Amino acid sequence: MAVRSALRRVVVFVLVLGGLWALWEGYKWLWERTGWTRPFRVNDLTLPHVHAILLQLGEPTSTGDDLWLYLAHSALFTAKSAVVGFAFGAVFGLVLGVVLAQFGVLRRGVMPYVVASQTIPILALAPIVVRGLGSVSIGGAPPPDWARVSVIAAYLTFFPVTVNTLRGLLSADPWALELMHSYAARGWTILWKLRMPSALPYIFTALKIAATASVVGAIIGEQTASISNGLGGAILNFNQYYVLEPANLWVTNLYAALLGIGFFLMVLLAEKLVVHRAPEHLV
Amino acid sequence: MSGSVSNSASARRAGERIREWVPAVVVFALGLAAWQWLLPDVLGVEDFLLPRFSDVVGALIDERNLLLRGAWITLKEAVGGFVLGSGAGIVVALVLARWRPFGNALMPYLIAANAIPIIAFAPITNAWFGLLSPWSKVTIAAVLCFFPVLVNTLRGLTSVDPESLELMRSYAAPEREVFRRVRIPSSLPYLFSALKVASVLAMIGAVVGDYFGGSLEALGIVVLSAVNLSRYSTSWAAILVASIMGIAFYATISGIERYALSWHPSVARRGS
Amino acid sequence: MSADGSVVSIRGLSKVFGKGGVSALQGIDLDVARGEFVSLIGPSGCGKSTLLRIVGDIVEPTDGDVTVNGKSARRARLDRDYGIVFQAPVLYDWRTVAKNIALPLEMLGWDRARRGERVREMLELVELTGFERYHPWQLSGGMQQRVSIARALSFSPALLLMDEPFGALDEMTRERLNMELLEIWAGTGSTVIFVTHSISEAVFLSTRVVVMSPRPGRVAGVVHVDLPQPRTTVTREEPRFFELVTEVRELLHATGADEVEETLATEDEIA
Repeated sequence: MAVRSALRRVVVFVLVLGGLWALWEGYKWLWERTGWTRPFRVNDLTLPHVHAILLQLGEPTSTGDDLWLYLAHSALFTAKSAVVGFAFGAVFGLVLGVVLAQFGVLRRGVMPYVVASQTIPILALAPIVVRGLGSVSIGGAPPPDWARVSVIAAYLTFFPVTVNTLRGLLSADPWALELMHSYAARGWTILWKLRMPSALPYIFTALKIAATASVVGAIIGEQTASISNGLGGAILNFNQYYVLEPANLWVTNLYAALLGIGFFLMVLLAEKLVVHRAPEHLV
Repeated sequence: MSGSVSNSASARRAGERIREWVPAVVVFALGLAAWQWLLPDVLGVEDFLLPRFSDVVGALIDERNLLLRGAWITLKEAVGGFVLGSGAGIVVALVLARWRPFGNALMPYLIAANAIPIIAFAPITNAWFGLLSPWSKVTIAAVLCFFPVLVNTLRGLTSVDPESLELMRSYAAPEREVFRRVRIPSSLPYLFSALKVASVLAMIGAVVGDYFGGSLEALGIVVLSAVNLSRYSTSWAAILVASIMGIAFYATISGIERYALSWHPSVARRGS
Repeated sequence: MSADGSVVSIRGLSKVFGKGGVSALQGIDLDVARGEFVSLIGPSGCGKSTLLRIVGDIVEPTDGDVTVNGKSARRARLDRDYGIVFQAPVLYDWRTVAKNIALPLEMLGWDRARRGERVREMLELVELTGFERYHPWQLSGGMQQRVSIARALSFSPALLLMDEPFGALDEMTRERLNMELLEIWAGTGSTVIFVTHSISEAVFLSTRVVVMSPRPGRVAGVVHVDLPQPRTTVTREEPRFFELVTEVRELLHATGADEVEETLATEDEIA
């Protein structure tokens, strides 16, 4: 039974990838044949062949490493910033969420702004933040590149986690609360044994969004501050020389996509382990 | 006699409402004060991190032509992308809900696709449409909106109560009637919640898409060039404009939601 | 309707769920004559809800014959020969009460004037005149069920299938709705198949009570309820009522189900 369903998943996977490949190459073939310019002109520069992109992985770069290795290093750099920022943002968000759940006055004061932060493009702050921190002196030197970038990942994580932690903590079933009171349970016990577990699904929803946002934030941060080490830097670099070798940029995007998906899947896995049941939308 | 009773009751309610907002107003005032005096004067926060509030407002007024032009360009890109992406998302959701096996098989991939950093594709869309063309940003905004709207709408279309489907079966209703009368109306709350998210994403796509290069007058470029010229007040003013637009866009969608979902218990009860 | 005057005719019906799985029904034989009010009662797992759904062609049988109104169950469904009421009202929040009742009429292609008139009639029937423009969530559970019944009867089907429609309501509302249902049944002359957990409800409402036993679902016995029509609130206090309740209870007891104890407890509270 399990083998059959696993087999089916593999088949679907192969079919989806195959379908995408067919769509890509089919589109390219058709547009090149007819010479249509809407929505954009198709040639090897604007839409390289899939195999051309994949083969590029083995090409050497100016650093001496082959592309796949070079980008692996870049991806690791970006991942570091993203993960560190994510971790800090998540912790602060959780703490603030708990505090706001306990203190109503604070909540009413702060909540409108935390919620408003969900509707403004705070990612747009990335270049300002990263450049700005580059001029700041902490202990005699500006903070390292990856740290400056991680700040973006941190604040992109912080806000959704705060909102959802609060919402989750306050969503505890009122009957369950009454039960707790009947046990003469006090503040911290109620928090730990009832509100937190009720909040977990909400928290993980925020964490899944934040995972992707952290990667995006890290890339944008690197790119706008001209930090050359990460994927953002690689994009900047390969964009400059796009006309010479378009495949490089496409491969970089492939790595970025895999990084985003990978990070998301890790949070998904964590959710499965922590919450002890399958995340609802994969069932 | 009853008039005076209801008057004092509504007066009390109004009083309660005001009291509810007092902490937020206090925080706002404190925050503003901190921005204006505490951070720069007491903590010595430099201009390049966060200019004084009055400086930002000054830049807002001085550069208002530039900012308004930029806002208009960026707004068009965001709305254009939002309409394209959400529209496509809804259409595909309807198709996938109709042919369930496809929908079920593709769901995990759609969710994964949502985790891809789409904005990183901005240089490529620039290569497609040209650096200065708004279409490259529209495409980014559209793709950003597409997946969340698709996933959520699909979920809404397929989360129908099984007894409701049994009822429809008892009416010998063909699938298209089930769609029209049951699935689509019940998916509206899901759709609107996705549209609100999409409005924010479209805004981000338009502004941040410009960070990879774009029309000289777009808001994103204003931010970047202001930062490059160390005119931080201007860059923050531009961010402020983008934020206000973001809130306005979101509020518009919220308003439409309140109208379209006027029947929904959560919306209707709010009024009373 | 078939030659012998039965609206529903079931022969040797069986239903098995899943491959090599649960036998929900086995060898069911049942006839329901025109104008009857037949209750299906039994503990959980006796297949009463499944049987109801097979009559409505919502579930397909594994074996056996089902004739509804002289046709196959499928044909009867396509011809809209029956209306169905579930335990949950299954009303649509985005439609007003009037539009909820009009739903099957819209689907049948009735024009607006005709629909409006029928909705008015139905609202009168279930005593909800004046609530046309309300939304379902503004009504109590009992009122919502009345709307659900009005909807089921709106196109005057010959047969009414009801799956524990009053199960989620409190005792008093339930008794009141029982009376209303009987009045409607007498007035419309329809045939009713009614699934319930409550012995007193079954005896009070029905002309016949079919007792089912579980694992696999079978007909354990049938009790003819010879109480006079029309039934009134006083009927529940007559000695014959208690005799019949006891008869049903003993049949249930004989099925060996534990759930009988629960039903017994509720009955004791009323008695």
